[in-house]
Amino acid sequence: MSKLVYLVPLFPLLGFLINGLGRKSMSRSLIGIVGSGAILASFVVSLLIFFDVKNNGASVIALFDFINVESFQIPFAFQVDQLSSLFLLIITGIGFLIHLYSTAYMHEEEPQHFGRYFAYLNLFVFSMLLLVLGANYVIMFIGWEGVGLCSYLLIGFWFKNNTYNYAARKAFVMNRIGDLGFLLAVFWLLFRLGTASYGDVFANVSKLSSFDVTAITTLLFVGAMGKSAQIPLYTWLPDAMAGPTPVSALIHAATMVTAGIYMIARSNILYTMAPATQTLVAVVGLATAIFAATIALKQNDIKKVLAYSTVSQLGYMFLGLGVGAYTGAVFHVMTHAFFKALLFLGAGSVIHAMHHEQDIRKMGGLKKYMPITHITFLLACLAIAGIPPFSGFFSKDEILTAAFAKNPIYYFVGVGGALMTAFYMFRLYTLTFLGDFRGTQDQGNHIHESPSAMTIPLIILAALSVVGGLIGIPEVLASNAHSLEHFLAPIFAESAKIAEHHHLEASQEYLMMGSSTLAIILIILFTVNRYKKYRATEQVDSSFSKLLENKWYIDELYDSLIVNPLNGLAGFFKNIVEKSGIDGMVNGVGRLVGYGSRQLRLLQSGQVGNYILIMVLAIVVFFVIWFNDLSIMRFFSKIF
Amino acid sequence: MPIQYYIYLCLALFSIGIIGVLTRRNAIIVFMCVELMLNAVNLLLVAFSKMHYGLAIGANPETTVGIDGQLFVFFIMVVAAAEVSVGLAIIVMMYRNTHSVDINFLNRLKN
Repeated sequence: MSKLVYLVPLFPLLGFLINGLGRKSMSRSLIGIVGSGAILASFVVSLLIFFDVKNNGASVIALFDFINVESFQIPFAFQVDQLSSLFLLIITGIGFLIHLYSTAYMHEEEPQHFGRYFAYLNLFVFSMLLLVLGANYVIMFIGWEGVGLCSYLLIGFWFKNNTYNYAARKAFVMNRIGDLGFLLAVFWLLFRLGTASYGDVFANVSKLSSFDVTAITTLLFVGAMGKSAQIPLYTWLPDAMAGPTPVSALIHAATMVTAGIYMIARSNILYTMAPATQTLVAVVGLATAIFAATIALKQNDIKKVLAYSTVSQLGYMFLGLGVGAYTGAVFHVMTHAFFKALLFLGAGSVIHAMHHEQDIRKMGGLKKYMPITHITFLLACLAIAGIPPFSGFFSKDEILTAAFAKNPIYYFVGVGGALMTAFYMFRLYTLTFLGDFRGTQDQGNHIHESPSAMTIPLIILAALSVVGGLIGIPEVLASNAHSLEHFLAPIFAESAKIAEHHHLEASQEYLMMGSSTLAIILIILFTVNRYKKYRATEQVDSSFSKLLENKWYIDELYDSLIVNPLNGLAGFFKNIVEKSGIDGMVNGVGRLVGYGSRQLRLLQSGQVGNYILIMVLAIVVFFVIWFNDLSIMRFFSKIF
Repeated sequence: MPIQYYIYLCLALFSIGIIGVLTRRNAIIVFMCVELMLNAVNLLLVAFSKMHYGLAIGANPETTVGIDGQLFVFFIMVVAAAEVSVGLAIIVMMYRNTHSVDINFLNRLKN
């Protein structure tokens, strides 16, 4: 069964080719069927592979040689194991729901752009599948670059709006900065070990010096920072909201941002061998979690709130990776994929109903117009806030417990972030669905529940968000109920051997769960109460809230620290070096030749006699030079 | 006769040819001067050929030393004949177009 794994990325690739090439001649419904069908087919194959792996274990499927030079070999091989099969399910499953949703959401587009949209979407899924399936870092890098490219294409999907193009460019550049780190890490590995295949690298990890391991893992983490939007490279993700909403769902939930988590979870042995990097990962993750959460508190764009919430949740995942809770991080990727996809699709449904209004201050009271969207959105909010027994509770709790075991400071800061999560999610929920409608009369008349192609994915995702956590019930609540941990155990087995184990008292865990849950419920009640009677005129002008509203002025900081000096430098090169230096040189050569030829032209007198005279003189000169040892003189002196 | 005499004669002929080419304007005379130069060289070749042959025959009655010089002479004569036919044709065409054989009329390529 595992042999058929090549079908998983093949279907989206075919979908991409068909939709991409036939977008001008195909109807919308045909495009939708091809685009969604390709992902559905992948999902079916992924399911089969998942159960095959569950029963028969992991395998590596080599397809052909990608690079084969003497002893240096990089096969184009697929890694079919517990981790990748789980990610396959997340990517294709949620990807399919998003495709299905898109067929309704994007229905206003011209067929040609509709086809382009689905082609990009399929290519995106294809790249992500390649990233997850690759059995070495080089194949992973192909997918890694592929998702970067597709995010660029999709964020700038409405390319007639220049702001969107800038957002797309920003995403691409930020990603490229991270990619450089990843690439350097791969080169370093190839240089030291001569191989990039996971199996060989992980088996030979003990041959690397501790400096090498630290450097490689740090560089890989730089790659993850770019792709998974961590400080300092996170600013592209909120701007990525420029793309169509389902694309945001795809980027934030199923693909792209989870790539960094996947990569580190995949390289867990390397990271376990490099405690310094682990600390870095944990600290950066935690800082991002808190920092993004504070920004999300004051955002008014429905998608921006969700975007910063994603950045924050990704921070938790990195915290989990940093403290060695690899299973917890992967678990959170999965549950986060469920509820974040749901949140984005729900937001899309709201935006769709509100005729592209995204400002939550102008919404409110949508509960009675859009019952399905409202219920599913509420479930997602409860899940992300971490209310038991919704999925987010279990995964976040697992990460935070592991963080507590490592260092209690991580835990308390992390819980602070979780409380902020509850606050901003319920602020969003309350402003959108509760209270009175604050939009225009015209919008109010047209609000409607979305079509079933949009609500069905919402319902499925809501169900998953509610029960998804049950595959990872912590030991303390029910013994041996953490089926995900058992499933993933072979992947993290080597790390588990090396890592030190902390065990918390059951009572301590109960206390932590209970107190954090209680605090979150209190926050939720407070928030709902606080914003239920919100009026659009309400203004809070404290300087701190202004700071948060403007995202700590980080974009402005980057602009003045990096972008503007670079622009200045580029301007200097363009105006001074290019114009006077290079252009001057090139034009100077041209002018010199022109001047020289104008002077030489005077020799062309047109008088045949002159030409002959010059010829004769030239011959004489030639003879003199040729016989410059004066032999000709001796010859003449002899004969005369 | 010493070889020097031939060399003097050839030098004289060649110089006359060069000076004629450089100074005369009549295309036909220029042309004749070119022929003169060619024939000066021919004469020199024949003279040297004979000289080398004369020096070598004493040692070896079968020798062919110097024969190549005479071969060159024939080549030059053939080439000169071809050149004359082309050159005279050009001069005829020139006369038809300009009603003159003055080479200074041929200055259209000036500058």
